[in-house]
Amino acid sequence: MIDSKYVLVVEDIHKSFGETEVLRGVSFQVARGETLVFIGPSGTGKSTLLRCVNQLTVPDRGKVWLNGEEVVHSHGKINLYRQKMGMVFQNFYLFDHLTALGNVEISLIKVKKMNKKEAKEKAMHELERVGMLQKANLYPAELSGGQAQRVSIARALAMDPEVMLFDEPTSALDPELTGEVLDVMKNLARAGMTMLVVTHEMGFASSVANQILFMEDGVILERGTPEKIFYRPEFERTQKFLSKMNELYGDLGQKNG
Amino acid sequence: MDSIVFIQEHLLPALLEGTSVTIKLILLSVPFGLLTGIIIAVGRVYGNKPISIICRLYVLFFKGCPLLLLLFMIYFGLPSLGISFSPMTASVLGFVLCNGAYSSEYIRGAIQSVKIGQITAAEALGMTRLQGVMYIILPQAFRRALPGVGNEIIYLIKYSSLAYMITCIELTGAGKIVAARFFRFTETFIVIGIIYLLLVTITTKLLSYAERKLYYPGMGPASFEG
Repeated sequence: MIDSKYVLVVEDIHKSFGETEVLRGVSFQVARGETLVFIGPSGTGKSTLLRCVNQLTVPDRGKVWLNGEEVVHSHGKINLYRQKMGMVFQNFYLFDHLTALGNVEISLIKVKKMNKKEAKEKAMHELERVGMLQKANLYPAELSGGQAQRVSIARALAMDPEVMLFDEPTSALDPELTGEVLDVMKNLARAGMTMLVVTHEMGFASSVANQILFMEDGVILERGTPEKIFYRPEFERTQKFLSKMNELYGDLGQKNG
Repeated sequence: MDSIVFIQEHLLPALLEGTSVTIKLILLSVPFGLLTGIIIAVGRVYGNKPISIICRLYVLFFKGCPLLLLLFMIYFGLPSLGISFSPMTASVLGFVLCNGAYSSEYIRGAIQSVKIGQITAAEALGMTRLQGVMYIILPQAFRRALPGVGNEIIYLIKYSSLAYMITCIELTGAGKIVAARFFRFTETFIVIGIIYLLLVTITTKLLSYAERKLYYPGMGPASFEG
């Protein structure tokens, strides 16, 4: 029924908040190791879509399969699926009362039931991967935005997820700090992590994405390789959005010159 | 008999015993009161409708009921239903119910002040709602509730004297007995006052030590959005 080459299959997701229909039937598949980038104007449901994937927001209709298994809510099973889908938020959402190390350790200890020593080793390893080993003992309030976001990536990676969901991971950061987070994400993609990324960073999208999905009004209007979306978009709406982004950030021109 | 002799020979031995009863009352009431406060607060914020309503009624009832009346009901009223407690147990029970109701309000406020993203992140990592509350929300909420909860503990020290009214002879009660026997009210109540002041001062110090120990950077209201 579900093709096993896909890590993640999302089918016909619908979601309304009150009268507002935020998602109006969204479907896509992700093969192992692929990076999908979701772009589009604000308020078109990109973030809601990511949250529907790990069911932080429960969709009104539609299904999600992870490794061929349907992601369901019953009997606390959702927590097992969520462990396999790491999530990174725009505002980091680091646990304020824990150090960087504590942030990465806690779910290893409480959810994966690792002993303290194992958890610490694993957490240190993950912090090293994102270049945050030196800051392991600092609290979130003592970190810059870029550092905090890298810790939150390490926290998600520590659970050994099959898929990483990035919800505008650099939108709260200034350009300088954006770079350090994007570098971590690029390395992850190169190392073969399967990733769904909602972002306005067109440079990142064009250099890392296997597929770009342009969303508008709760549907995927257009999808394809970066070349197709950036240089031969089918829809005028896509073209307009991209030239607007280009005008604002000049990112695309710079990277692909 | 002059005051010094009275205080040394008669008053202090009695008050010492009374003080130890007062301390026992406090040490037994504080942890259970806190636990009750936490459970009621979590029930109100995260419980389903029936649980939330039960918790709200609990707070309404015990906040509305004068503590002395509550103690009378427990000690003198419940035996008619076949439930009787020792004066000590009845006092602790009354204090816990009352302290729990008040503390729960501080803790509830603190829980609600923890940013929503904290529980979202916990759930995204695969924690259950309960785990998120236990390991992420409560540690933060408790720290923020501590000044208010600490105040309740200070109140408790002082209203523990009501235990005397149901024959639990604590500090005030022990003093009053001695004072009445020797007709020495002024000295007695001054010394009792000093002992309460001492208990409150020590507790205040302990509480501010706990606050310092539990502080983490960014705890203040000025912490950045994260």
